[in-house]
Amino acid sequence: MALLEVEALSRSFGGVHAVQDLSFEIEHGKIHSIIGPNGAGKTTVFNLITGLYRPSSGRVVFDGSDVTGKVPHELARRGISRTFQNLQICFNMSAVENVMVGAHLRLDQGMLGSMLRLPSLARRDAECRGEARELMHFVGVGKYIGAGADSMPYGALKRLEIARALAARPKMLLLDEPAAGLNPTETHEIDELIQRIGDSGVTVVLVEHDMKLVMGISAWILVLDFGRKLAEGTAPDVRANPDVIAAYLGGVAESAGHAA
Amino acid sequence: MKRFQGLALLAVIIALLPLALPNNYYYDVAIRIGMNATIVVGLNLLIGYAGQISLGHAGFFGLGAYASAILTARYGWPPLAAMLSGMAAVGVIAFVVARPILRLRGHYLAMATLGLGIIIYMVLANESAWTGGNDGINVQPFSLLGLTLTNERTWYWVTGAVLLGAITLANNIVDSPVGRALRAVHGSEIAAQVAGIDTARYKVRVFVVSAVFASAVGSMMAHYIGFITPQMSSFFHSIELVTMVVVGGMASTYGAVLGAAVLTMLPQLLTEFEGYEMIVFGLILMLTVIFLPRGLLPTIAARLRKTG
Repeated sequence: MALLEVEALSRSFGGVHAVQDLSFEIEHGKIHSIIGPNGAGKTTVFNLITGLYRPSSGRVVFDGSDVTGKVPHELARRGISRTFQNLQICFNMSAVENVMVGAHLRLDQGMLGSMLRLPSLARRDAECRGEARELMHFVGVGKYIGAGADSMPYGALKRLEIARALAARPKMLLLDEPAAGLNPTETHEIDELIQRIGDSGVTVVLVEHDMKLVMGISAWILVLDFGRKLAEGTAPDVRANPDVIAAYLGGVAESAGHAA
Repeated sequence: MKRFQGLALLAVIIALLPLALPNNYYYDVAIRIGMNATIVVGLNLLIGYAGQISLGHAGFFGLGAYASAILTARYGWPPLAAMLSGMAAVGVIAFVVARPILRLRGHYLAMATLGLGIIIYMVLANESAWTGGNDGINVQPFSLLGLTLTNERTWYWVTGAVLLGAITLANNIVDSPVGRALRAVHGSEIAAQVAGIDTARYKVRVFVVSAVFASAVGSMMAHYIGFITPQMSSFFHSIELVTMVVVGGMASTYGAVLGAAVLTMLPQLLTEFEGYEMIVFGLILMLTVIFLPRGLLPTIAARLRKTG
């Protein structure tokens, strides 16, 4: 059974159909990608899966249970984690604390216990801090362990978000444009990091514009255009698909078709 | 041991301050500072750390005061039991009103909490059969196990101990999963939600905690002064409390103490401004937000770090 099943999902804003009658499945393990031209509805799909938007219609089934319309923190509890295209970093906290926020659900959340700083809570919290430091090393921002989030550069913050998402120990990790705004060296490092995450057993779903990155690491690719599914399959399948070529090259391919 | 440095420093200040207090008038000011600081330490959890506003906390302060006054005088309850019951009742009231109120943001949240404070004030002023109305009501001195707190000096030590206790509780919260959740609500509510934090629940929890802090101090203040009027739950007092948080330093527990100290002493220093206090407070709030947006203590600390 697939880890994530999306069935006939639709979401419109006013009269605009951002996502329309979209169905796809994400298998356990592996790295998956959702691509498409600007405005194709990729981020909307992420927002629907993670509960930031409620679908207008359709169903989302995660890990065997219907999670349609559930709020984000419930979905996090079930094992969905994500990062954001426009960073969502808590700049009022240190870098390590940002990562520790990701581990929230695994920690003692009692108000009274926190007030009294029960030894069990303090010990667990110290362990969590250690794990957060390790995760920062894992994603390659180890040198910012003592820093405040507000003193980190953009590229490092993107990785910090990945560390925070991993701190939740998710079953499925959604990465929204992890390479956006990065230079080629940084993109290469992110590529490597995503592969390491995939190898560790986490199911990764990627929204990305960098085609080289996507084609290189994705076991399966979903192509969206105007909120609908245009194509899906392996990288070579998608690359050879005439609809995909037309969508990406726009009028050029179409007029070429007419000429022929 | 860094977590105890600030606390130890404050404890030393509290211990040595009496050497510099020549008479009961100065003790009185110190006690009021300590009590205001205790409320503000709690309120700072809500405003400074969780990033929510309340313009109605004097209402909870007033409810605590009147719970103590009425339960001890009318029903002969022991003061401590009255105080704890007041805290419990305020906790329940805060919990019930928090969920609908804290769904609001920004101006709307400010208006809703403002309304809440005014409603409490009106109830205290108008239910004169219970509260004595605007004429006020006498409160017995605080007594526990046969000991009665009467003079300023004893109240000074009690207030100091309560403040240190409140700071310990607040600092423990800040440096815990709950505290990180609160700060995440402030930093990025979306990130918090996606990390599994039920943000609505945490806002309610911190609102309740800060209200209970205010209620506890209300009870203490009532016993200390011995006479209370609905004025203590007025809108102006709520604004005073918020000003103390903002001036001292948002998300800084010791900043909250500093803010309480500065703004409690100020009216004593500016007696000739009598009647224009509100304007002076408003001006201080504006100037702080414009020139020291992080508040006094964080700004001073940053300066020291730069030069040191």
